[in-house]
Amino acid sequence: MNPRIRFILQLSFTLLVCLFMIIPVAMSVMAGLTENYFVGLKSGLTLRWVNEVWQLYSDTIWLSIKLALACLVIATLIGVPAAYGLLRSRRRWANAIEELLLLPVAVPGLATALALLLAYGSYREFRGSWLFILIGHVLFTLPFMVRAVLSVMQTARLPLLEEAAASLGANFRQRFFAVVVPNCLSGILAGALMVFTLSIGEFNITWMLHTPLTKTLPVGLADSYASMRLEVGSAYTLIFLVMIVPLLVAIQWAGRLSSPRR
Amino acid sequence: MSSSVNIILTQCSRTFSGGHTALQPLDLHINAGETLVLLGPSGCGKTTTLRIISGLESPDQGGRVQFGGQDVTTLPIEKRDVGMVFQNYALFPNMSVADNIAYGLKIRRLSRSEIEQRLAEVMRMVDLEGFGERRIEALSGGQKQRVALARAIAVRPKVLLFDEPLAALDAKLRDRLRLEIGQLLRKLGTTAVYVTHDQDEAMALGDRIAVMQAGRIAQLGTPQEIYHQPANTFVADFIGAVNRLVVTGKGADGQLTVPGGELTAPHLQEALSVYCRPEDIEVVALADAQVKGRVLQSIFLGQSQQLMVDTGGATPIQVKASSRQHWPTGAAIGLTLPPQALFHPELSHSKLATTSAKEQANG
Repeated sequence: MNPRIRFILQLSFTLLVCLFMIIPVAMSVMAGLTENYFVGLKSGLTLRWVNEVWQLYSDTIWLSIKLALACLVIATLIGVPAAYGLLRSRRRWANAIEELLLLPVAVPGLATALALLLAYGSYREFRGSWLFILIGHVLFTLPFMVRAVLSVMQTARLPLLEEAAASLGANFRQRFFAVVVPNCLSGILAGALMVFTLSIGEFNITWMLHTPLTKTLPVGLADSYASMRLEVGSAYTLIFLVMIVPLLVAIQWAGRLSSPRR
Repeated sequence: MSSSVNIILTQCSRTFSGGHTALQPLDLHINAGETLVLLGPSGCGKTTTLRIISGLESPDQGGRVQFGGQDVTTLPIEKRDVGMVFQNYALFPNMSVADNIAYGLKIRRLSRSEIEQRLAEVMRMVDLEGFGERRIEALSGGQKQRVALARAIAVRPKVLLFDEPLAALDAKLRDRLRLEIGQLLRKLGTTAVYVTHDQDEAMALGDRIAVMQAGRIAQLGTPQEIYHQPANTFVADFIGAVNRLVVTGKGADGQLTVPGGELTAPHLQEALSVYCRPEDIEVVALADAQVKGRVLQSIFLGQSQQLMVDTGGATPIQVKASSRQHWPTGAAIGLTLPPQALFHPELSHSKLATTSAKEQANG
């Protein structure tokens, strides 16, 4: 085929796919910024709905950020040592555990949430606090952290580097912080961004676990779609996008940072 | 530099969880300040021995490791005060050259000025001045191993350990670094244990060499002893090339009949076969030859040539000859095997070779 024609065909196909995916997002964003969606753009652009969402739902946004940060800290504190343990364990079950790590990702969030409710739902104080949701988020995101860190650890020749550090007199704690952590930092960073992003956007588990006082951003979003004007829900989406897109870009950047080395 | 220590291993064996015995019970005395080379093919237990000395592995129950009279058997590597150089460098990629070298000094909480001073000193020793701020990734293989060397000697360890440090480098570089390591070890006077499978490296660096085979020490001795008085056929084969000539009969006054001729070997009268190094065999005129044969193949090696000579035996004789003379295939050739060059490893009184080796060792 003529390379020029082929190029044009490829380009138009790519553009078509992009449009297919981007148009709904763009329409949603536009809906959040128009005065009256049913009248259309000629009704004029406004930040009124964004403002209204902020009035009604800012607490859900703050809660989501708080949750995501707490989730990030816990997933890092548990995930990095867990990945290290899996790396160093020569036992057969270490592989099995690595596979099992995918389970919380594969099991529907609703099922995870139901299990949590059955187990801990009767502790009223705990049930009503944001910490209950945090447990669900940590369960869901931890595998991503462990996997990201483990894959970098496996290529970093850590056992050899640790032996070298030990031969120079470094004890376990010194080795862990001077050699292990710095040499899998790119994995920790990638895992951390992933955990934060997943926690911010998590809906399934959160929807089951939330109370009217512990609504997160995605739960609030569902709520606004169900009970508010379309423009309010769309403005809400806009706020969500503004938060999440930079994170997604950062994940890409972290991934690039970790791959071509060594 | 600092006073060096001796190393004593007592009944150190190592059996892995699968039941595989990597090391049979081993007694080894390494003198203070000497460089002992552990030499052998892969899987002979040399690396396991080194790792037991370092503390990276423990001997089985009952084994003991002592440094200068102190029992260190239960001490982990970080408490043994050793310096170790690994085959794959094992440099910390998250640190600069200077930070790598200074790592052990920082762990030891030396003062800043002391660290600066030692850093400059060892970087000069290994010829890395001006490389301090470089990233590890930006170094060549030889430079990396220099950094590893500097890092190990910077802490002024009691014992220096080398785990095939030159195996990953190309031949030219290997020779140069071998020379430098040898000079460094002599200058430092630190007790050193050096693992390698390369006999040239072993010969060049070792005050003594322990040739290992299947988890045991096959022979322990000076390079001269190992080469000229191999304790068994394994050592004779592993260290350099060796010819084995089957004795088919005995003549009067110390003559041994071998395929292609007769040898004079009064010291080997009980031998059923005799051994001889290719470089000890002389090419002579046919009329003066002890053994006659035909050239099967000649391989030009530059400084010498390797001749394969068929004397009618089961295997051809290997001869290292001057590269000046051309030997076409099939040419008749005369050889002389001097009595002092003939030996048999398992016959302990092959004394002629012994004396010449001793003289060489002392001289």
